[in-house]
Amino acid sequence: MSSGEVVASFVVPVHPHTVLAPGQNPGWQRLRDALDEAAQTIQDLEADLIIVYSTTWPSIIGHQIQADPNPEWVMVDHDFHDLGSIPYSFNIDAEFAHAWDEANRQRGLQSRCVNYKGFPIDVGSVVALTLLNPDNAIPAVIVSSNMYANRSETTVLAKSCLDVIKAQGRRAVAITAMSLSNRMFTDFISPDEDKIHSLKDDEWNRKILEFLEQGRLEDVGQLSRTIQQQIRVQKVVAFKPMWWLSAMNGNRNDLTGRVMAYEAIHGAGGAVVHLDPTSSGVGDKEYDEDDVEYYHGERDVLDTVEEEEVENPPTADAPNESSNGPDLWEPTEAKGSVNTTAAPKPVGAYPHARRVGDMLFLSGVGPRQPGTNAIPGGPIHDENGDPLPYDIKAQTHAVVDNVKRIVEEAGASMDQVVDVTTFLVDMKRDFQGYNEVWAETLGKVGPTRTTLAIDALPTPIAVEMKVIVHMPE
Amino acid sequence: MAKGQIVAGCLAPHPPHLVYAENPPQNEPVAEGGWEQLRWGYERLRASLADIDYDAIVLLSPHWQTYVGTHFLGLDHFEGLSVDPIFPNLFRYHYNMNVDVELAKAIHDEAEAAGLPVKMMENPDFRVDYGTITTGHLFNPDWDKPLVVISSNRSTAYYSVEVMQEIMIELGKVTRKAIEASGKRVVVLASNSLSHRHFTTESEVPEDMSKEHITSHAMHLWDMRIIDYMRSGQAQRILDEMPEFTEQAIAESDGGGLSWLLSTLDVPDYPAILHGYGTIIGTGNAVVEWPCHAHEVSEA
Repeated sequence: MSSGEVVASFVVPVHPHTVLAPGQNPGWQRLRDALDEAAQTIQDLEADLIIVYSTTWPSIIGHQIQADPNPEWVMVDHDFHDLGSIPYSFNIDAEFAHAWDEANRQRGLQSRCVNYKGFPIDVGSVVALTLLNPDNAIPAVIVSSNMYANRSETTVLAKSCLDVIKAQGRRAVAITAMSLSNRMFTDFISPDEDKIHSLKDDEWNRKILEFLEQGRLEDVGQLSRTIQQQIRVQKVVAFKPMWWLSAMNGNRNDLTGRVMAYEAIHGAGGAVVHLDPTSSGVGDKEYDEDDVEYYHGERDVLDTVEEEEVENPPTADAPNESSNGPDLWEPTEAKGSVNTTAAPKPVGAYPHARRVGDMLFLSGVGPRQPGTNAIPGGPIHDENGDPLPYDIKAQTHAVVDNVKRIVEEAGASMDQVVDVTTFLVDMKRDFQGYNEVWAETLGKVGPTRTTLAIDALPTPIAVEMKVIVHMPE
Repeated sequence: MAKGQIVAGCLAPHPPHLVYAENPPQNEPVAEGGWEQLRWGYERLRASLADIDYDAIVLLSPHWQTYVGTHFLGLDHFEGLSVDPIFPNLFRYHYNMNVDVELAKAIHDEAEAAGLPVKMMENPDFRVDYGTITTGHLFNPDWDKPLVVISSNRSTAYYSVEVMQEIMIELGKVTRKAIEASGKRVVVLASNSLSHRHFTTESEVPEDMSKEHITSHAMHLWDMRIIDYMRSGQAQRILDEMPEFTEQAIAESDGGGLSWLLSTLDVPDYPAILHGYGTIIGTGNAVVEWPCHAHEVSEA
């Protein structure tokens, strides 16, 4: 596995003034100077990929990723068209874009690449790439901001991006093209009249920047909903870019932050902020929101089982950690009981196994992972009981692994397993996949087997095994 | 000079799916049809106005979104490629359109005199928004009438539906005043959907009509309520209920088009003609005509 990483992150403003008219206002010029310095920093870091999450590219059908290797056009802003035009010709890493798209699907996101001549690249992306990558030396990728996306969807979007960065061994720079407060003056003003729209917006902006200066990115992420209510025009349902950027940085609060510039652009808060992944040692996060690895939100509105989801459900490498099941118990202790931290905790008062003479009887074993309680292959339904796609093979493999850990804890081995009763919640759907894994594992040992279909199991899993082992002295 | 006249006002939604499904030569993607109820609705609208002579089309598009005032296309001619940034797989349309700059400037000047922030858009590189192109094509596929294109000021997002409506009612009044002063016969179009909650997934075949339906019963009820008001000549009630409708149906009336249209038509108390209703990726869309020519007396 290669060791890719995010070598730097930047917050940059979206309006075209920094490209087209920096000289008309000293604040716009300071933003421009900071963007030029950021471009030099990116070059000095020897980054080989720039990733732009743009708040001015809204999408509806999941997230869209630009995959035209060389998009070219002339961008004119819808509001500030009198400032002029920005011709662009960008160097897009289409291979990365497609890999990210696929990684998104693997993690349950709706996603697609766009590669169409004349596609209108949004103002935020055009400004960011024009100034941060002026000679197109570094390949870039742009992702949209889904207008309906929530925190979990946006977080998973970042994690799938990290999957690809790591897999490809890239030195990536993460960019959020965004305003802080985004309330502009609703009337026309001369450049020398520009200022932050209100004292309240300015105070909130400065608080956000104080956090970022301290490297407390995850704290800003967790304030996103409050920020949206306080200083954001309600154009979209949430203030998402900090969710994405925080997840791109491992949801940390100990980055090394530097506010390079903060100025008004027609009343909105524009800032250039550099977030260095080097730990500042300031403090660890106080993480009060659930982390999420796999998205299983409202993405089946059309009532169609997405083929991609069935074909590419979460794998054992990217398990879902939201078990949405009953409370967990410590395994009980009694004469002959066998318990291990290497197996998932019980959902009731019972041991993992119990030895009687030379026989070992295991309690029902499912695929949940010890420690995280994650379910490889994904849970079969969500908290509301709505069905989710899952991978029966991944679940069955995980069951066998858990059985092996308990058996070995007892001092026995898998070739001493003599009888197995398997419970499936969907015999028609899952028998074949389960049977294939059986053949590759326990089938080679040769225990007797009984497979039953049942209505449900206590946790959102599809398979459980009841195992008997003969372990003579 | 004869007094200008609004010959018709229409609710003329712009989902690119309708152009995609029609397979016009200007659009690159190819479809197997779809959304026929709405496309037939547009056919009926065109037939209804086929014998009515007019000089220009005035259109307000919610996809030319401006936050600083209201803007007007201010050059005689625009052409280029319009690619929908949300549905680029469906809409990549080569457009070629003329603008009635004189009338646009007249409305601009009246609005400015009324105290509204306005600006003419005179950058030749400007790419016309896909909402304008879509409604422009569906209403007049021959593109043989000049347009006045008005941006959608996003005052709903900045303030509230009430503030938006106050601005749009004023903009509608000055639009009417400028049209009447121009001596021209004009059709006015509000290019917006009704309820506007999208599906967030797309079927493998986008035009698979077995997957198309309204996103929720509540959206359907709101759409039917507003359409009933239209068909029964109760435009004022639409304006009265606009805040609730816009909020609860997440309606595209947030862009101001419907309020502006009804104000431009002087809040009509005669029945509108419903030419078609249908859903597009879950949103509610109606093609509606207020036949002003039959209800307003020209002073020519």
